Amino acid sequence: MISGDLIRFHFPTAKLRVQSLHLLVRGVCELRFVSILSLSEANMPSNKSVSDAPITQFNNCRILRDHTLQREDLWVREGKILDPEKLFFDEQGFADRRVDCEGSIIAPGFIDVQINGGYGVDFSQPSEDVSAGVSLVAKKILEHGVTSFCPTLVTSPPAVYHKVLPQIKVQNGGRHGAGVLGFHLEGPFISAEKKGAHPQQYLRTFQSGGLRDLMEAYGSLNNVSMVTLAPELAYSQSVVRELCQRGITVSLGHSVANLSQAEEAVQHGASFITHLFNAMLPFHHRDPGIVGLLTSDQIPAGRTVYYGMIADGIHTNPAALRIAHRAHPSGLVLVTDAITAMGLPPGHHTLGQQVIEIQGLHAYVAGTKTLSGSIATMDMCVRHFKQASGCSVEEALEAASLHPAQLLSISHKKGNLDYGSDADLVLLDDDLIVRATYISGEEVWRKGS
Amino acid sequence: MRLVILDDYELASEWAAKYIRNRIIQFSPSADRFFTLGLPTGSTPYGCYQKLIEFHRSGDLSFKYVKTFNMDEYVGLPRAHPESYHSYMWNNFFKHIDIDPANAHILDGNAKDLEAECQAYEEKISEAGGIQLFVGGIGPDGHIAFNEPGSSLVSRTRVKTLAKDTIVANARFFGNDLSKVPTMALTVGVGTVMDAKEVLILITGAHKAFALNKAIEEGVNHMWTVSAFQQHPRTIFVCDEDATLELRVKTVKYFKGTRVLETAGFNWKWMNPILAHLF
Repeated sequence: MISGDLIRFHFPTAKLRVQSLHLLVRGVCELRFVSILSLSEANMPSNKSVSDAPITQFNNCRILRDHTLQREDLWVREGKILDPEKLFFDEQGFADRRVDCEGSIIAPGFIDVQINGGYGVDFSQPSEDVSAGVSLVAKKILEHGVTSFCPTLVTSPPAVYHKVLPQIKVQNGGRHGAGVLGFHLEGPFISAEKKGAHPQQYLRTFQSGGLRDLMEAYGSLNNVSMVTLAPELAYSQSVVRELCQRGITVSLGHSVANLSQAEEAVQHGASFITHLFNAMLPFHHRDPGIVGLLTSDQIPAGRTVYYGMIADGIHTNPAALRIAHRAHPSGLVLVTDAITAMGLPPGHHTLGQQVIEIQGLHAYVAGTKTLSGSIATMDMCVRHFKQASGCSVEEALEAASLHPAQLLSISHKKGNLDYGSDADLVLLDDDLIVRATYISGEEVWRKGS
Repeated sequence: MRLVILDDYELASEWAAKYIRNRIIQFSPSADRFFTLGLPTGSTPYGCYQKLIEFHRSGDLSFKYVKTFNMDEYVGLPRAHPESYHSYMWNNFFKHIDIDPANAHILDGNAKDLEAECQAYEEKISEAGGIQLFVGGIGPDGHIAFNEPGSSLVSRTRVKTLAKDTIVANARFFGNDLSKVPTMALTVGVGTVMDAKEVLILITGAHKAFALNKAIEEGVNHMWTVSAFQQHPRTIFVCDEDATLELRVKTVKYFKGTRVLETAGFNWKWMNPILAHLF
């Protein structure tokens, strides 16, 4: 007799206890209790045809893909996100290792395009061993979910650039720390009126507007990802074109440019605004200035102007943050603009050629009320941005990963969890606290380690 | 033939899934003895697949020693296309269970030599020892797999041109653009499915009612290819109330009457909970 066949029971009385009923049934039907096959781990022989490299399957997670959080597993092989359907049908392959994410959110690793240092390290400080400083910061920011960054140099004398720039190369991240995407050179071609914390004596203007000005100041443009300049400076347009031709992102900032000057720079190739609202003319309804780029109709078709926001609750009033976000949500890029003191206790510290004072979460130029940078970490910025703007989790995460990758034109391999992208991941809980960080599919930091 | 009538789509899906599960468990498949399962696609079996995945997740069912053979696949549609049957099976079934990828067989609609592909598929089925249980659905025109009206009732796996009705019905998955719908498909034949030891046909919804009527209450006719299963020794039709709307009251009453104590429909409340768990 098999289960599912016709079974007739006769029940003498309702007073029978359940246990006896059970025995009665066994006696009458001789039901066979076949052992349930246990769910076993897939220890099947390896037969993958494309590569023998081990495959990791992250399960029990929600991944950020196609702008939504989906309940899907994430597959990784050789440091890249793998298409499991192709693996199944083309290679008849399967996972070698499963990682239970305990319901975590998996987002692409965060990318910080403006970070001046941290943990006592100042990238703008000329030293014999700049790479040790960069490595220290690179290692520490893994805890904040940052897997790639652009070490930022503030306005400095040529000697500093000539000394520091050659010491750092673009490099992949790993257990040693987040990947270096290239320098962000913030200055010296900026406006004296909007220098912020930058030292007055090292500001420069363009003499002829060509490569020569850049080389004289910086020495080399190798390993440079981005340059911030003020577009109202004479000859700046040709400089913008020179830089863009070299694949270097041009950002507008520390400037008193009006909207048309800013639009012209964008037409020549500029694509970023350095810390929106800060160190530029305030929005005016008859001349919105650089801020007006967010809704400008003079942007060339197919191009987006991105803008950095320091979402630490200090550099920008939450209402201003919301105005920018609502006007142009897809261009918002979260940056830390973190300074040396990030990660350090309150007190006096050095930034570039100046001295900074920490008071709580505020960092001022010593003796003034000028903000000199932020000490909020990237994950703090993501959380604050979400809370202040009321945006969705997906938007908050994309502002720290997808948008910076799009800005730097590296979204074909970073900033998303598409098949083929680098497996730089950050695992977060529902409050967006970082639980673990992965680079190229390898765990590089875990909370509690 | 058995006709199992459940109240609604969910119950019909659950009954079918439990039946498949019980069959696999009773067979006790192992490394030397695989359970071969024929599988359909479409909206009808979706609920059944969801239930099977549930059984797998709760630990009651493993597909480690199960080989599957799908009924059909479009010709010329890229395998990664969201409407291909490979995509359907991956997203709705394979990625949630522990089947060995080498044991999940689906016809390749992009093969260079389609006839050779069909031939090879038949050979794979016989090498696997034939199909233990073939699960299928039915089209509104009574077709099984893509064996459109007029298909030979002893046909084998082959290339078929789709009927206009089928193409129009499928257009909704291709943005209502008729030019994008595939016009040919590879399909197992009626004969191929008849060779299975047992056949389970899922039929739900009022739009399938007429086809069910033609399939079981009238003669064997190549215009309603599912009717061929009247001549199969072990066939079960699982349907919901809506699908019986075109059947004679007498037919429905007869089959409902034979189902006094079946797996899904039975009220086990007063039985030992351990027993209830088995079903």
